[in-house]
Amino acid sequence: MQTDRESERIKIIVRDFSFYYGAQPALKGISLDVRENEIFTVIGPARSGKTTFLRCLNRMNDSIANTKRSGQVMLDGKEIFAGDIDVADLRRRLGMVFAIPVALPKSIYNNLALGPRMRGIHSKKRLYEIVERSLKAAYLWDEVKNRLHESARKLSGGQQQRLCLARAMALEPEVLLLDEPCSGLDPISTRKIEEALLELKKQYTIILVTNITGQAARVGDRTAFFLMGELIECDLTERIFTNPHDERTSDYLTGKFG
Amino acid sequence: MSPTKDRFISSILFAIASFSITALFVIGLFIFIEGFPIILRIGIGKFILSTDWSPLEGRFGILSMIVGSLCVAVGTLIVAVPLGVGCAIYLSEFASKRTVAIIKPAIELLFAIPSVVYGFVGVLFIVPFVRTHLGGQGHGFCILTASVVLGIMVLPVIVGMSIDALQAVPKVYRDGSLALGATKWQTTTMVTLRAARSGILAGVILGMANAIGETMAVIMVIGNAVVMPNSPLDSVRTLTSNIALEMGYATGEHRQALFATGVVLFVIIMILNAMTRYVTRKRIA
Amino acid sequence: MKRPHPKTQELIAKTILSLFAAIVVMTLLAIVGYVVVKGVRVINADFLFGSPKSMGREGGILPFIISTLYITVTGLLISIPLGLGSAIYLTEYTSEGWPTKVIRFGIDCLAGVPSIVLGLFGFTFFVRLLNFSWSILSGGLTVSLMILPFIIRSSEEAIRAVPSSYRDVAFATGGTRWQCVTRVVLPCALPGIVTGIILAIGKCVGETASVIFTAGTSLRIPMSMFDSGRTLAVHFYLLVRETGASDMAYGSAATLLISILVVNFFAYWLMRKFISRVS
Repeated sequence: MQTDRESERIKIIVRDFSFYYGAQPALKGISLDVRENEIFTVIGPARSGKTTFLRCLNRMNDSIANTKRSGQVMLDGKEIFAGDIDVADLRRRLGMVFAIPVALPKSIYNNLALGPRMRGIHSKKRLYEIVERSLKAAYLWDEVKNRLHESARKLSGGQQQRLCLARAMALEPEVLLLDEPCSGLDPISTRKIEEALLELKKQYTIILVTNITGQAARVGDRTAFFLMGELIECDLTERIFTNPHDERTSDYLTGKFG
Repeated sequence: MSPTKDRFISSILFAIASFSITALFVIGLFIFIEGFPIILRIGIGKFILSTDWSPLEGRFGILSMIVGSLCVAVGTLIVAVPLGVGCAIYLSEFASKRTVAIIKPAIELLFAIPSVVYGFVGVLFIVPFVRTHLGGQGHGFCILTASVVLGIMVLPVIVGMSIDALQAVPKVYRDGSLALGATKWQTTTMVTLRAARSGILAGVILGMANAIGETMAVIMVIGNAVVMPNSPLDSVRTLTSNIALEMGYATGEHRQALFATGVVLFVIIMILNAMTRYVTRKRIA
Repeated sequence: MKRPHPKTQELIAKTILSLFAAIVVMTLLAIVGYVVVKGVRVINADFLFGSPKSMGREGGILPFIISTLYITVTGLLISIPLGLGSAIYLTEYTSEGWPTKVIRFGIDCLAGVPSIVLGLFGFTFFVRLLNFSWSILSGGLTVSLMILPFIIRSSEEAIRAVPSSYRDVAFATGGTRWQCVTRVVLPCALPGIVTGIILAIGKCVGETASVIFTAGTSLRIPMSMFDSGRTLAVHFYLLVRETGASDMAYGSAATLLISILVVNFFAYWLMRKFISRVS
């Protein structure tokens, strides 16, 4: 599957990873690689484990009681579930954006400064730099630069989601985990975010969960198809969409089920 | 911010949270220790079941006070439950939003009025009223008066918990009944009330506990005679008022007896609280 | 026997019930209105800031106002950290095991302890055993036990009202649990917590049974924590016992009621701000 030349550019390795809520399997034996600086899209119908998968990558599922897991997940070659891993640090390296934009009831500035402050950065100059840089990268700077101290809740849905993207980037992560970031957004906002992602992949590795297959086709370099907790197929986006190996993949892509 | 620091904070918070139960334990322990010797001397049976309360002669029987407290509690419920539950039903099922917005804060304000003010108003109005129109041995200072005063005091608890219980009934229950052609009132009595039963009952028990635990308002309107009541117009003494009245000058065994009374009160309230929890836990899945 | 038509039944029921509600409201207005109206006449600068004369039956109520303030503040200083800390533990740190169940049971029971029993305990423990004697300190400590469960409950409610998505953001941004609590949850829950504290103030001010045996009945302005002091509520009670429905009694009652009402209205206003902020 990968050549020797490509193997050193692999950011995340998942080997035979399973996850259970109680006795219910949510993920069954997932194995895949995510390359550095690519947009890796994950598609599939509802309840196929896409969000669970994403939340396992930054160990957000740790706080849920009564769960089991097996298998390996490695970031830059190091197992993320190892006992000596600093979970807070892991979550900074893997910035997450949720499906529903969550703007904290603070100013735009403070929303973005939250992460860096928790990390110990208090210099006003540095914080301002970080805020400006993140907002520019999320294509939001021009719209809010004059009202950084207004409440973030006044922004529109699309703007709030870009704010969340900026907030994730304020931590200077290595990987961006995006969980259906454009659900509920109008096409223009969606387009803006997709443009931002295409630009951002030069700097970050991006894993994008989406249930809009068109989005995967537009921005994904490689795509994985999840169904009922299993990884059915994972390949270059072009190949998956034009010539999928598995019948279930083509059924999903052609809309036979959704 | 390391994980060990977080664990440290977690332990501190746990210690803080445990304070309440520690305090409760210490309170119970102390009251018990102070009251135990007298119970040991007289015997718990005689203490609780004798009506002879003569501190100066060394006889301590609190039955009349227990009966007094119970009568007052029952009287309070007779006043407060119909009024309170009825009010709750009205506010939850029939009143307009504007009405509720005015009345609900009013009821919560009732809760904030100090008990001494209630007692004061009771002395000013209810005592003379009872005396002139109903007579009785207590000359107005009697179980009836106390019930009315405490009934009003306890209303916010019953109304509040009943409203919560009624609001917690899922809308689909009501919709189902209305869809079958029932009127709102029929729906309320046959469906909603039944579903909210346990919550309302919990509120009633809590109200009863409040009534039994109330001291100041009761002292002012109940006459405080140590007798077994024969009618609601009789003057009685409750467990709480007994403690409050005699604590100031009691010494030695007398004081111990008052502590023992406190123990009895404590136990009664614990039982009522446990009943409240039990009633609200018994939910049908 | 002919049963009334369901619609008529409903009308009758509605009328009776609305009558009940009206009775409840009327009663409140009557109690508060009467006392305030009669008492307001007595309230003037001399009354509020003057000293009591002839054993408190005349004159001013300044020492009592001050004692009430001291005891309330003492009570709050103790119960706020303990109450807030407990609430944070019960909402953010607990794993809902059996120790937590025991703690919750303890809090519920503490809430149910009658104020006279608390007064009894305060007398034995603080006044006698710890030798604090009748003092602001004893009174404050006892009162803090009284309001602790209330502060825990209202803080818990305020914290639970904070949407879990906010916490998700805090964690995903690399925060520890404590950082999540201090930087996201608490700022958001603050109005609700403060509302609870303000309502607790109201309860402190009106408290009598637990204070009378612990803080004493001195007529003087307390100069230190260890001085005895009579609160306004205690003073009012003693006045009624000794002088009945005197002007002083009405004045004290009115002062009590007005201050409690003001405190409660402030709490309501704060609560409405809270609701608009979180939704």
